[in-house]
Amino acid sequence: MMARLRSYAGFMVVPALSILLALLVASVLIIASGLIGEEKRLNLLLPLVAYRSLLVGAFGSFKGIANMIVAATPLMLTGLAVGVGLKAGLFNIGATGQVLLGGFAAALIGTQVAGAPIWIALPVAMLGGMLAGALAGFIPGFLKAFTGAHEVVTTIMLNALVQLTVSGLVNDVFRAPGFSFARTAPVGNAELTGVGNTTLHLGVLFALVCIPISYWLLWRTTVGFEIRAVGSNPTAARYAGMNPRRMIIFTMSLCGAFAGLGGAVEILRLGYYPAVFGTSIGFDGITVALLGRSNPVGILLAALLLGAMRAGAPLMQIQARVPVEIIDVIQGVILIFLAAEVVVRQIFRLRSAGTGTGELQTITRSYGEKVVG
Amino acid sequence: MDVLFDIPILGLLLQFLSYLVQVIVSGHITPIILGLATPIALGALCGVLNERSGVVNIGIEGMMLFSAYVAFMVALFVHQAFPAEPSPLFGVTPALVLGVIAAIAAGVLISLLHAWLSISVRADQIISGTIINITALGLTSYLNRLIKPFDSAGTFQSFRPPAGLVNLPGIGWLFEMFTAVGPIAMSVIVLVLITQIMLFRSRWGLRTRAVGEHPKAADTVGINVIRLRYRNVLIGGMFAGLAGAYLTLEATGSFQNNMTAGRGFIALAAMIFGRWAPVGAFAGALLFMGSQAIGVAIRLAPPSGNLGTFLAGIQQAYPSIYNNFFTGLPYLLTIIVLAGVVGRSIAPAADGQPYEKESAT
Amino acid sequence: MSVAPSPPARLQMRGITKRFPGVVANNHIDLDVKAGEIHALLGENGAGKTTLMNVLFGLAHPDEGEILIDGNPVQIADPADAIARGIGMVHQHFMLIPVLTVAENILLGAETMANPIFLDRNEARRRIIELGKRFGFEIDPDARVETLSVGWQQRVEILKALYRQARILVLDEPTAVLTPQETVEVFAVFRRLAAEGHSLIFISHKLYEVLEIADRITVIRRGEVVGTRQPAQTNEDDLAELMVGRQVKLAVDRGKSHPAEPVLTVENLRVKSDRGQEVVRGVNFNVRAGEILGIAGVAGNGQDELVEAITGLRRSTGGAVHLAGENIAGWPVRQRREHGLGYVPGDRQKYGLVLGFPISDNLVLTQYYSSPFARGIQREDAAIEQWARKTIEEFDIRTPSWSVPAGTLSGGNQQKVIVAREFSRDLKALVLDQPTRGLDVGSIEFIHKQAIRKRDAGTGILLVSAELDEILELSDRIAVMYRGEIVALVDGPTANKEEIGLIMATGGRAPAKELPTGTSGPAAEPPDTSVRGGTS
Repeated sequence: MMARLRSYAGFMVVPALSILLALLVASVLIIASGLIGEEKRLNLLLPLVAYRSLLVGAFGSFKGIANMIVAATPLMLTGLAVGVGLKAGLFNIGATGQVLLGGFAAALIGTQVAGAPIWIALPVAMLGGMLAGALAGFIPGFLKAFTGAHEVVTTIMLNALVQLTVSGLVNDVFRAPGFSFARTAPVGNAELTGVGNTTLHLGVLFALVCIPISYWLLWRTTVGFEIRAVGSNPTAARYAGMNPRRMIIFTMSLCGAFAGLGGAVEILRLGYYPAVFGTSIGFDGITVALLGRSNPVGILLAALLLGAMRAGAPLMQIQARVPVEIIDVIQGVILIFLAAEVVVRQIFRLRSAGTGTGELQTITRSYGEKVVG
Repeated sequence: MDVLFDIPILGLLLQFLSYLVQVIVSGHITPIILGLATPIALGALCGVLNERSGVVNIGIEGMMLFSAYVAFMVALFVHQAFPAEPSPLFGVTPALVLGVIAAIAAGVLISLLHAWLSISVRADQIISGTIINITALGLTSYLNRLIKPFDSAGTFQSFRPPAGLVNLPGIGWLFEMFTAVGPIAMSVIVLVLITQIMLFRSRWGLRTRAVGEHPKAADTVGINVIRLRYRNVLIGGMFAGLAGAYLTLEATGSFQNNMTAGRGFIALAAMIFGRWAPVGAFAGALLFMGSQAIGVAIRLAPPSGNLGTFLAGIQQAYPSIYNNFFTGLPYLLTIIVLAGVVGRSIAPAADGQPYEKESAT
Repeated sequence: MSVAPSPPARLQMRGITKRFPGVVANNHIDLDVKAGEIHALLGENGAGKTTLMNVLFGLAHPDEGEILIDGNPVQIADPADAIARGIGMVHQHFMLIPVLTVAENILLGAETMANPIFLDRNEARRRIIELGKRFGFEIDPDARVETLSVGWQQRVEILKALYRQARILVLDEPTAVLTPQETVEVFAVFRRLAAEGHSLIFISHKLYEVLEIADRITVIRRGEVVGTRQPAQTNEDDLAELMVGRQVKLAVDRGKSHPAEPVLTVENLRVKSDRGQEVVRGVNFNVRAGEILGIAGVAGNGQDELVEAITGLRRSTGGAVHLAGENIAGWPVRQRREHGLGYVPGDRQKYGLVLGFPISDNLVLTQYYSSPFARGIQREDAAIEQWARKTIEEFDIRTPSWSVPAGTLSGGNQQKVIVAREFSRDLKALVLDQPTRGLDVGSIEFIHKQAIRKRDAGTGILLVSAELDEILELSDRIAVMYRGEIVALVDGPTANKEEIGLIMATGGRAPAKELPTGTSGPAAEPPDTSVRGGTS
């Protein structure tokens, strides 16, 4: 038991340090923003003000905590969308496209089942989102498995294509009449309304359930064993009788399903799909996955952290006049420190006990490598 | 809109092809193609330099974006402090020149980060590149929000080629394409040629290729693999920086959040398409962005006949989809090319593998 | 052998000591080599020969000792330094870049320049051709290295050193990948080099070659020099005893085999390589239950593709494979395994193990989905752990625990994991591909014993190995593979090593004065095919 705890602690030391260092670096930026922003004042204490309002915005009230959970919910899903892929040696940067397609499908299906009772409409719409997301993940998975096209480039391209296609469709084909901007019709009973008078909604449960399911899948099933084996050494997996191609396609589709569910949650919360739907949860998922070391539990924690930051940022912008985009910068710096963690490990001789596959796996394989299988 | 099968569709297709040829030869669209292709080609050159040395770099997008921002802000600042008349040649002002220099420096700076993470820390190179993309996006969006730009330093102007050359029958369009452009776009051809020659005929090129294929072999003949990789990544950063400067100082006169819009990744596809050779990558850039230029061409010089009415009809009925289609063509082509070409394209053998000097075997 | 007058020693290494964690690789080693001398460095795998030469070539720094060249003490900081001092190294695993040309490979690092930027390819071409001629062969500087045969690639490596005016040439196991014929040819090159005054250091563990080519022989054992001899004063038994430190032990007693009906039949099999060339051209053989069939042959004659076609990793383009009576054409890998086929792949780290996974996971890498290790898709961790403990003990795998990553094991123990995984099943047929490559003597003995045991239990074993000694030691029948065909099939226990070696090199056709393709230039003398055999 102690060993397990200690290994978890070791697991989390470097991410924790990275976050701390990133906040420090961001402090410098915050001070700079005080200088060159509207106020043109050098305020060395500005970072503390900013972080305090960040914390207050996230934790200071029950509403704040609710907001944090609500913000974290889609991040858990996109975090899984990237993290599970990493376990298979795939880098799913296409979570954005999968999110959009999933949300769009959920909106369309939602309008179709708008009149049905909520316990039918909601799951059906969410399922539709998952399937659409799975499709968006299937395409790059298939391409990678059968042509060797590296998923990093194809998924980014697909992000753009999905975004263009969906917005074109909303504008031209599925535009609901009577609104001042282009959007789909209301989803009626499929909407994820707030429970009580908080922003918490049923989608949170769906997302939370995915965490233990993923853990079980990866570590307790034969399917997860195959995923990890293919991610670690696809040639040996093939020699042992596994089918890397099938695993890649399956994993990418699964990742797409997670992301699609995330998109569905966001859109169903909104109640419709707007032609211009900007969301950062696709890229945030990358941070969550890397911060959470591709482990479902870590992803949960990382999603909560990032959700807290996103939830608290608006208050920070009001009180400390620091633009919310600072969260994006903090994310980037956290990742830089995470990537350089190898250096930190070597210095402190940190080792994570256990299965040894908790680290960032090497996924860089040459663009020209074909998957045999 | 009736869907036509068989011969009517074929007819449309043929009309379309002849329209294409006509458009290219008429010459008015071709400088647009080069203009669109310039950041791609420069990004591809950055990629070639990196990957030929054995370093995978998918952070070209972030490098471009960051350099674009730096170029814009530096030029703006200088323009505010020292306003000057644009010179007749390319509309050069000190602001613009300094902007370009700053962009190149920014490209080198970010490349240094990528080089450090990839070569010294030996982190996963794709993750390193992604981190650069995320950080660049976040940082530029943040700064863009913080400092409201209220003016612009303007842009470089295009060169006007002599009418005599342009009006030559048959090949006039070539001159128009390659000379009726701004300075950065014009320099692309030169840079592509220089890089190609250097890569295959010079000592530096031989060593670079060796390090990308078999770093251990290079090491045993006394080549400093680490230093060569660092240097090449930094030089590549200069190209990416120049691409960023093009976006804000030559193509447009402003900076928008995430204005690179995936160009860095299209550049990678162009590199793969060109088999990691500068000239091939340049051809790829022209091809990919040419597809987007078709949309522009159709708008400026609409086709006639059945094709014209067909396209106009679609535009009427689905304006958003119509526009987005042409915008999306390069992305689609990229996927198709990657899927079709990758299996037959061979990357440098040691691409993506960090080099570890063994103290003894 | 060259007649050397006695000039002063060109190279002297005095008291070289090099330590690594847990082992002293070189322990106060003295070595001197004269100009025009071919000096052999003899020792077992791991004795310290390669480390010593790495020190000489600047790839490692000695903890104690000094090096003198022409009597002057020198410090060799790195390979560039060594090259500058006239030391050239021809590595065992060639340091050549396949996609570049011969000239480009030779030029790399010592580029001949037309001006500060551009290479002078014409001058380089001229020099390379001239150098080749001087040592007896014609080489095409513009040929891409990947198109050359192994023997020719080695010549490129030698030219690399000569182009840089090396006077001291270190040759690390130069004949490891050559056929006997190619060995003869390259020995002629060595003699010419020595005659021109170059000093050659020839690292090997092959006794008969060393006796044939060297002027002096220094034997290293466990990091120390145990003796220096001249060939005339010694013989193989003496050298073997020096190398190993005791009377050379006999090979594993393999007993008699009792073959029954065929379990694995290959009929007219045709397979294409990745490049589209047909590399298996109508192969026929069968393996009977309770026997070991060894496939001998120089690497690259189609063995890899043959094994891949039998195990299901590669499609065949013609012919059939039968396993226990069933035609398994088109069967996926897993199905073949389930039908009773076992497979120990040739590269344990690349193909056989997932190094990041614990040993237990590796032990069930092929069986993880079936009972008792899984019920449906749910894995049974307790059953896996129990089985892992049992197997680790049964196969004597040295590890602190069943849960540590396989990457922490030594080479021998890693191979044991794979062997344990495959051998502990009931198998009809078993394919062993280079089963003891790179292993220490103890592990080799263990695996050979296990193979015999499996054979006696009724499995039919197909053994593919580049080590002719291993084939001879284990096989009940021996097939020789040459250019994609089985050109000979002989009885194992009575096989003659020289004969087999000759067939491996020439395909069984009498060579007479005809040289195999891939060589050119005049032969200095008729090919000497009397390769002396013996135990090593």
